[in-house]
Amino acid sequence: MNAPAPRAPWSEAVLAAALFAVDPHGTGLRLRGRAGPARDAFLELLDDLFADGPVRRVPAGVDRSRLTGGLDLGATLAAGRPVEQKGLLTDADGGLLILAMAERIDREIAAIVEAAQDTGMSAGAPALFGIVALDEGVDAEEAPPPSLCDRLGIVADLEGITVADLTAEADFEDAAAIRQARARLPAVAVADDAVAALVELGERFGIASLRAVSAALRVARASAALRGSTIVSEEDLTIAARLVLLPRATEVPAQPETAEPPPPPPEQAEAPPEEASSETPQDGPSEPETSEDEAGHAEQQADRLVEAVRTSLPPDMLARLVDRAKGAARAGSRGAGSGGAARTRGRPAGLRARRPRNGERLALLATLRAAVPHQPFRRREAVAGAPAIHVRLEDFRTVRRRIRRRSTTIFVVDASGSAALHRLGEAKGAVELMLAECYVRRDEVALVAFRGHGADVLLPPTRSLARAKRALGVLPGGGGTPLAAGLEEARRVAEQVRKKGNAARVVLLTDGQANVGKAGATGRAEAKSDALDAAAGFRVDGIAAVLIDTSPRPQQSAREIAAAMDARYMALPQADAARMVRALGSFETAEIRT
Amino acid sequence: MERSSDVHIAFDPRAHEERGSSGGETARSPRPVRDRKPPAAAPVADAYPFAAIVGQDEVKTALMIAAVDPSVGGVLVFGDRGTGKSTAVRGLAALLPERRVVAGCPFGCEPASASLATCPHCSAADVPARPTKARIPVVDLPLGATEDRLVGALDIERALTRGEKRFEPGLLAKANGGFLYVDEINLLEDHLVDLLLDVAASGVNVVEREGLSIRHPARFVLVGSGNPEEGELRPQLLDRFGFCVDVSTPREIKDRVEIIKRRDAYERDREGFTLAWSKETAKLGRRIEAGRTRLAKIEVPDAVLEAAARLCVALGTDGLRGELVLIRAARAFAALDGATTVSIDHLRKVAPGVLRHRLRRNPLDDTGSGVRIERAVSETLS
Repeated sequence: MNAPAPRAPWSEAVLAAALFAVDPHGTGLRLRGRAGPARDAFLELLDDLFADGPVRRVPAGVDRSRLTGGLDLGATLAAGRPVEQKGLLTDADGGLLILAMAERIDREIAAIVEAAQDTGMSAGAPALFGIVALDEGVDAEEAPPPSLCDRLGIVADLEGITVADLTAEADFEDAAAIRQARARLPAVAVADDAVAALVELGERFGIASLRAVSAALRVARASAALRGSTIVSEEDLTIAARLVLLPRATEVPAQPETAEPPPPPPEQAEAPPEEASSETPQDGPSEPETSEDEAGHAEQQADRLVEAVRTSLPPDMLARLVDRAKGAARAGSRGAGSGGAARTRGRPAGLRARRPRNGERLALLATLRAAVPHQPFRRREAVAGAPAIHVRLEDFRTVRRRIRRRSTTIFVVDASGSAALHRLGEAKGAVELMLAECYVRRDEVALVAFRGHGADVLLPPTRSLARAKRALGVLPGGGGTPLAAGLEEARRVAEQVRKKGNAARVVLLTDGQANVGKAGATGRAEAKSDALDAAAGFRVDGIAAVLIDTSPRPQQSAREIAAAMDARYMALPQADAARMVRALGSFETAEIRT
Repeated sequence: MERSSDVHIAFDPRAHEERGSSGGETARSPRPVRDRKPPAAAPVADAYPFAAIVGQDEVKTALMIAAVDPSVGGVLVFGDRGTGKSTAVRGLAALLPERRVVAGCPFGCEPASASLATCPHCSAADVPARPTKARIPVVDLPLGATEDRLVGALDIERALTRGEKRFEPGLLAKANGGFLYVDEINLLEDHLVDLLLDVAASGVNVVEREGLSIRHPARFVLVGSGNPEEGELRPQLLDRFGFCVDVSTPREIKDRVEIIKRRDAYERDREGFTLAWSKETAKLGRRIEAGRTRLAKIEVPDAVLEAAARLCVALGTDGLRGELVLIRAARAFAALDGATTVSIDHLRKVAPGVLRHRLRRNPLDDTGSGVRIERAVSETLS
């Protein structure tokens, strides 16, 4: 392949839209970029391309029953008999489903959409549609649920597209071309080694999910159909790699010259264990018979594809993308487990006068009870042949529910000599204030202190404020700073908290001046590297943390520790307890939002 | 318990107009209900054939063992996204044999079984239960399902339109006698998990809500899947599962290529692909059915019992549950295998899946329970 110049972002986006339109259900599209002219133009283009199918937009806070359909209470009341309301998912059958603000979408809503996407059905009716997720996340941490991203093959990025780009001629596709391509699609053939090359490519980009490779294959096929061909060429594979695999890359493939030796050939060719191979039917799909030659060929092709992808990108793009994908992976592990809306779940906690929304159930008895006092009046108003009981919309009651997901704040206090004694006092004051606040919310607190040669859990997770205060009161100061030990102990406590199903949060108060290593040996260099190692564990586990630098002047080493932990860094030069509590409060609300 | 209500409710059409178009219902033309069924929980038509799944033998075997002997308990499948966890479970439905049920029973009771006494339908029926045949159900519990959907609730439609107090069975009723599949089980709400555990242990679903008071049989095999990176499962729940299987994407390029190819063939022509594999599907189905009939006659030699005990002692598993499940699983596996007695080899094959999640975890030694089990198996069962 001749090396093309990096493609203009807008024409790349147009290409993504066209390929998506050719095989909407098979590919799926995640559109990164904020609202603006570029996105408007893109959506307009999609509208054109989907001229002959329904286009449904799902707003961020969509009502669950709107998605799946169900009993339409308003219409039911009007008609006097049950009236069903069609859901958006079945409405979108044969067309397009646009998820607005997909990075804020509820996990539950995402799960419903995913199930429809996987099965092609919703509420017993066909629901085959293409999904476009509008992802306005500013960074990798803010992204649609990973399970949804996994299902959306094509990733289009509108970042950096200017208005001038929009007017420039892109290889514009129209609905007619799409129709032709769709008709051609079933006939498009893919050579076995092309499949192998994509698989190999997925491997090199460090993509674990096979869904991505599957989607890449479908995009390659759509690309061939769009070109008017029935054979997938290397160019189609390159496009698929660029649109599907590249945005998910977690590794930068090595340059071909320095390519690592090919993975050792399977020791035995008989990879699918006995049972599977004995069950493979004669008349079933073709057996995998990738000979050594073919495998080599696939690798060469993968080499070429990697090169082709690389040359079509701005120089540092690949590394940047990889960083972002890694961030997304982290965000995925962090976002989980945090509670969602409690409207339909949780334990009942009283009633609320309103019409059922989002899958809430009508509290029938309460509704009738609410209707009772008005009966004489309504009966007077009623027409002849009136029913015995008059229920109106304003009578409707629903059950209010509450989910209790406790969170545990783990304070890790540096009680060493370097955290000078008076500062320790202030830290204690702040912790006490925080404790009081946690107590109000019935959250738990735990206290870990480190000094001398090790760390101790002074207070296991508890809700007892008195106990917590006592533990703080007896906290002695002085000695070395075994930061690594403190971090490890905190992480252990956090793990226990999580096992109980609670959310853990770590507040670390230190100056970052570690001077006692993990093994108890003194020595700054070793202590620091041990501390950094321990800090990295927080990042791995995705534990929300904040580091409060208690030294009189902000310390570089504390900053480094915070970075390694992926924690928020906060310098408190004038350690005043009230300010610290305020800062932590904002940390919490930020956390609850995400 | 049943207070007959001769209340007749009807609606005041003007009440709707008062609120006007605030809800937006007016924009959509209301369409009368034809035959409104609860949203589909039934297995999807043309699910990817179980037999066509490349590799993943541990999952497949575990599911088939649970199909042969539901008393081994549930199956938990842990793995990354896109490893085909759901595919395997959803594909299972096509392999399951038919069973005899009481005609018209919403809870799918088996004729002449003990559960008839607890079933509100069958115990109340004056006419003798007429048996009919139905496929063993695999019911999907979607993430975000409400408690009402799960346990069942007052049928609001009936209540509103006919003034009738009727129980609308939930997913637990549907799953009776079959499988209940919970995708992303580690993300399931805690109170739903508690509920599932309670019902799974007792085999009876007790509904006390909205003026209803109903008990009905709910015996099912709980199948859960999840991605451990997205949240841990509580240990109490973990222990209830007979099997815990880790799946990962095959590392072999050759297998990966084959997966992609088959998936692609399936996506392009679901019917054709399902048909091409129907022979294999039927074959697996026959194996399960044969295993079910053979199960009661399988002998478990004392040597195998001893070996199982030795293995559990060596691994230090808590309680007797692990040992019990181990024997049952080995027996079901032998039945599936067409053997008449359980051998040490059967035990060896099922041990990792049965014991993996029952080991005490050592936070410092994260070498994986698989390795520890392998070691213990090779030491005690040689």
